[in-house]
Amino acid sequence: MVDAVYRSDSRRVLATLIRLLGDFDLAEEAVHDAFTAAVERWPRDGVPANPRAWLVSTGRFKAIDGMRRRARFDASLAELAHRLDVDANDPATWDEEGVEDDRLRLIFTCCHPALPPDAQVALTLREVCGLTTEEIARAFLTGPSTVAQRIVRAKAKIRDAHIPYEVPARGDLPGRLDTVLHVIYLVFNEGYSASAGTSLTRPDLSGEAIRLGRLLIDLLAEPEALGLLALMLLHESRRAARTSSAGELVLLGDQDRSLWNRDLISEGSALVQRALSSRRFGPYTLQAAIAAVHAEAPAAGATDWAQIVGLYDVLARADPSPVVELNRAAAVAMRDGPLAGLTLIDAILARGDLADYYLAHSARADLCRRLGRTAEARASYARALRLTQSEPERRFLERRLGELPD
Amino acid sequence: MKYLCLIYDEEKKLGAMSKSESDAFMSEYYAFTDGIRKSGHYVAGEALQPIQTATTVRIRNGKLSTTDGPFAETKEQLGGFYLINARDLNDAIQVASKIPSARLGSVEVRPIMVFDQQ
Repeated sequence: MVDAVYRSDSRRVLATLIRLLGDFDLAEEAVHDAFTAAVERWPRDGVPANPRAWLVSTGRFKAIDGMRRRARFDASLAELAHRLDVDANDPATWDEEGVEDDRLRLIFTCCHPALPPDAQVALTLREVCGLTTEEIARAFLTGPSTVAQRIVRAKAKIRDAHIPYEVPARGDLPGRLDTVLHVIYLVFNEGYSASAGTSLTRPDLSGEAIRLGRLLIDLLAEPEALGLLALMLLHESRRAARTSSAGELVLLGDQDRSLWNRDLISEGSALVQRALSSRRFGPYTLQAAIAAVHAEAPAAGATDWAQIVGLYDVLARADPSPVVELNRAAAVAMRDGPLAGLTLIDAILARGDLADYYLAHSARADLCRRLGRTAEARASYARALRLTQSEPERRFLERRLGELPD
Repeated sequence: MKYLCLIYDEEKKLGAMSKSESDAFMSEYYAFTDGIRKSGHYVAGEALQPIQTATTVRIRNGKLSTTDGPFAETKEQLGGFYLINARDLNDAIQVASKIPSARLGSVEVRPIMVFDQQ
């Protein structure tokens, strides 16, 4: 029971305790103490009616108590403990909306532009989503000690430079939002296609990103926030179809579309329409629009590839990147045939972009296979295989390699 | 909470301004200083003479050495500062963003360290 509450609520409890205690490290310690107390008492006294409120008040009490004990050696702590005690009795501390906003405060603080970009992502994944430093390190393709150091430095800056624990004022919101959207999307992707490990997806993490996305559009229905939520929902709608019962990766074109979640698709498509009609949309909305075109096709063969290529053209102008070019090339291959797509992919790879990106090589391999260029297909699958750390992706590539004619 | 806003300008760029441009720039500064006095942010502020007037002092092996110029050659030079009182970093960033040099050069915002007094 405590485990389940830990998984579902430990980050919410943390977000509220940071507000109440005014310090990340103090709040983390308090969360730890509160759950330790729960393991001890819940089996004996029963689970409290509102476990989250119990954990928050237990954590706060333990933190203030600890401060009072240390105050014997440091008089300034007594004053702090007293102030925290008085503040927490303010009814505003406990209203439901305020507590729900705490996670948003936490997000905006973790994504503060005064923090370096890689620290924003690391801190959000650690504090808001509860990932371990090892998991974050894999998502970043870097070492756990580097990630740990980024987080320690970011927390020190929040404390020493007094980065406030608040949702930005309305005038600052749009600018601050961009950083937050980027971080949320990275979190979603880590959950949707886990970068390493034996499982292809981590539904909790994607669910978390979607929850954050919903919270965000409640606060500020900016087109790109709608677009990002739509994009995540439309991807999420395919989750069940994306892996076979044996845990193997199934590509979009081969998926059983009856497994797609229609509720998520209609919610996502409606959000895309809302964002597009604002005429102030950007890259997230365009990617969501592409996902919506796929979602609306009754069968893979009925996909409107011309519309998808058109949307990629707009996207490539709004947000130019080699990955967008790669996706556009794959869509062109579907519209005009594999040779047209292969020419574009080879041009991207010839520039040296994406040379270490496994999807570029697996896409190239797939087009070579369809063109009957078996030797080239084999070389590109092998290259892709060396570049991925995800087990299901490895198995998928190995299966494709095995299916090539001799 | 006190923050020091360190103002970095390109002296070359400032030197290349016409009389009317540089008058307009200075009156922006007067208006800005006036504004933060009224809002209660202002603690102190000064402009510095250009870097040709700078002298760097250090003592090595007990011996005083004085050299011409700033410690490091950079594109932008420290040209002045404001010491402000702000609610938090967001408030300090708001103030710093209105310093006229934020548009031409840059402003470094540094929280002032508070030492415990026993």
